[in-house]
Amino acid sequence: MSFISHLINGISLGSVYAIIALGYTMVYGIAKMLNFAHGDVIMIGAYVVFTSMTGMGLNPILSILLSMVVCTVLGVVIERIAYKPLRNAASPLAVLITAIGISYLLQNVALLLFGAGAKTFTNVVTFPSISLAGGKLTITGVTIVTILACIVIMVGLSLFVGKTKPGRAMQAVSEDRGAAQLMGVNVNGTIALTFAIGSALAAIAGVLLCSAYPSLTPYTGAMPGIKAFVAAVFGGIGSIPGAMIGGILLGIIELLSKAYISSQVADAIVFAVLIVVLLIKPTGLFGKNIQEKV
Amino acid sequence: MTVMKNTIKNMKKSTKSNLITYGMVIVAYIIVQIFSTTGNLSSMMQGLLVPLCIYVIAAVSLNLVVGFSGELSLGHAGFMCIGAYVSAFFSSCVGDALPGPLRFLFAILIGAAVAGIFGILIGIPVLRLRGDYLAIVTLAFGEIIKNLMNVLYIGIDGSGLHIQASDGGALVLDAGGKVIVNGALGITGTPKDSTFTIGVIIILITLFIVQNLVNSRSGRAIMAIRDNRIAAESIGINITKYKLMAFSISAALAGVAGVLYSHNLATLTVKKFDYNTSIMILVFVVLGGIGNIRGSIIAAVILTALPELLRGLSDYRMLIYAIVLVAMMLFNWAPAAISWRERMKEKIAERRKHQTKEAA
Repeated sequence: MSFISHLINGISLGSVYAIIALGYTMVYGIAKMLNFAHGDVIMIGAYVVFTSMTGMGLNPILSILLSMVVCTVLGVVIERIAYKPLRNAASPLAVLITAIGISYLLQNVALLLFGAGAKTFTNVVTFPSISLAGGKLTITGVTIVTILACIVIMVGLSLFVGKTKPGRAMQAVSEDRGAAQLMGVNVNGTIALTFAIGSALAAIAGVLLCSAYPSLTPYTGAMPGIKAFVAAVFGGIGSIPGAMIGGILLGIIELLSKAYISSQVADAIVFAVLIVVLLIKPTGLFGKNIQEKV
Repeated sequence: MTVMKNTIKNMKKSTKSNLITYGMVIVAYIIVQIFSTTGNLSSMMQGLLVPLCIYVIAAVSLNLVVGFSGELSLGHAGFMCIGAYVSAFFSSCVGDALPGPLRFLFAILIGAAVAGIFGILIGIPVLRLRGDYLAIVTLAFGEIIKNLMNVLYIGIDGSGLHIQASDGGALVLDAGGKVIVNGALGITGTPKDSTFTIGVIIILITLFIVQNLVNSRSGRAIMAIRDNRIAAESIGINITKYKLMAFSISAALAGVAGVLYSHNLATLTVKKFDYNTSIMILVFVVLGGIGNIRGSIIAAVILTALPELLRGLSDYRMLIYAIVLVAMMLFNWAPAAISWRERMKEKIAERRKHQTKEAA
C-alpha cells in the first residue's frame, strides 16, 4: 500500500513540475530561450496568494485569480523590458544571462518585501481527503486537485495550441519565425501571449506547490524551477505532451527514490536518470530529431 | 631601446594582447601590494583578495569552454567542488608530514589532476550532446557531484581509510581515528595555505595555459569546431578529441580554483558549489565578453567586489547587483543599444572634427 501512496504523491508532485515545465517548454519552443526566471515567477505567485489570503482576507478562488493576473502582467512586462530588446542579439547567451539577472531581481524584491523567514502557507484546497482500502491509503485533497488541475491544463492547452488561431500562430512562430512574420503573424504579440500563458500557469503551479509543501521563502521557486526545466528537457523541450510526461515521470522518480533509496541522494538520482535518457535519446523523450544539412 | 621598439612592433598581435593581459594582472597585484603594505586596505578588501583570484581563475577556465569551444556549461562549480574536496582531503591526511608550501603544491596538482580526470569522464558522454541539452546535462552533473559529496563520509584510523555513503554516525573507527570528510558538514581544519600572491601566480599560470592553447594549432581546431562543426569535421579535425581537450583543461583549471577555495577557509562544505555558483561564473564570462579572456578577468573582479562594496546598502545590495546585471546585459548586447552607441560615437567624433576645424 505504501508503494501506491508514494506513487500517487509522486504523480502529484510531478503534476506540479509538469505545469511549471509547460511554461518553460512553450517559451523555449517559441522564443528559443531558457527563461531562468520562470521558477521565481512561481514564488511571486505564491506570495501574492499568501498576502491576499492572510493579509487581506480574500477567498481562495479570488486570490488565485489575482495571483494569475499579477503573474501574467509580470511575465509580459519582463518579456517586454528584458528579453525583447535582446531577441536578435549576437549571442543567445545574452538573453540567458539577462534571465538569470531577472531571477536574482525577483528573489531580492521578494526578500525585501516579505523578509527571508519562511511563511507558512495556508492550504487553499478545502477538498476532503479520500480514504481507500479501509483507511490504509489516504489521498489528500491537494493531491487530487493537483492531478485534476494538471489534466485540465494539459487538455486545455493542447486544444488551444491545436485548434485556435492564436495557438496555430504559436506553432507557426515556433517552426519558423521569419516565415510566420511574412505570412502576417504578429510575432511579438504571439511571443508576449506565450509568456502570459506560461506565467499564469506558473501562478497556479505556485499555489499547488505551496499547498503541498507549505513553506514559502524567496528561494522557494528556484529548485522546482530547475527540476521543471529538467522535466521539460526530459520530455523533449518544445513539446507540450513531452513536458507533461517528463514532469510526472520526474516526480515519480524523485518520490520513489526518496522513499526507497535515500532522501539525500534523490536529486542525484533524478539528474542521473535525465543524463541516461539524454544519452540514449539526445533530444528527450518526445523531442524532434532535426537533421542537420550541410 | 630601438631594438626593443622594433621587437614590440614586430610582435604578433596575439602575443601583444597576451602580454597586455599578463601586465594588467601584475600591475593590479603591485597596486594591491602597495596599498596593503601602507595599510590602506580595509580588512574586508583583504578578505576578498583570495576569492577574487578564485573567481578569476574559474572565469578564465570557463571561458575556454563557453568562449572558445562554444559549449554552454552550467556545471563548472562541480569541478571546483571536486578540486576543493580532493585537495582538502589530501592536506588533512598529510597534515604536517610535509612542509606547507610543498604540501600546497601537491594539493594543487592533485586537485587539478582529479578534476581534469572527471572532466574527461563527464566530457565523453556530455559532448555527444549539443546546445541546450549539453547545458542541462552539465548542470545535472554539477548537482550530482554536490549531492554525492553531501552524503560522503571518510574517516581514517590505524587500519586505514573508511569510506561510507549515507551516515557518519556509523563510521566505525579505532581509538585515535578521525573523521575527515563529514557528510554535509564537510571538511574542517584544512590548513590555510592560500594567499593572494599564490593566487596571482596561479592566475598567471592559468592565463599562460589558456592563451597558449588558444593560439596553438589545437586552439585553432577548437575554434574551427565552434564556428562550423561540419566544415571542421570535413577537413579532418577530430571533433571529440579537441572538444574533450578544451573541456578537461577547463575542468582541471576549475579544480585549481577549488583548491584555492578549500585552502582559504577553515570549513569546506558543498553548499558553496551549487548551481548558483556555476551561473555566477557564467555571468562573469558572458558579461566580460564571450571568448575575451581579459574581459573575463575584469568582469570577475568587478562582480565579485561589487556586492561587497555595496555592503553598506545591506538589504539592497543584491537588488542593485541584479539591476546592474540586467542593465549591463541590455546595454552590451541589445542590437538597439549597440546601434545607439555607434550613433553617439559618430556624433562625438563629428563634434571633435568641428572643434579642430574651428580651432584651426
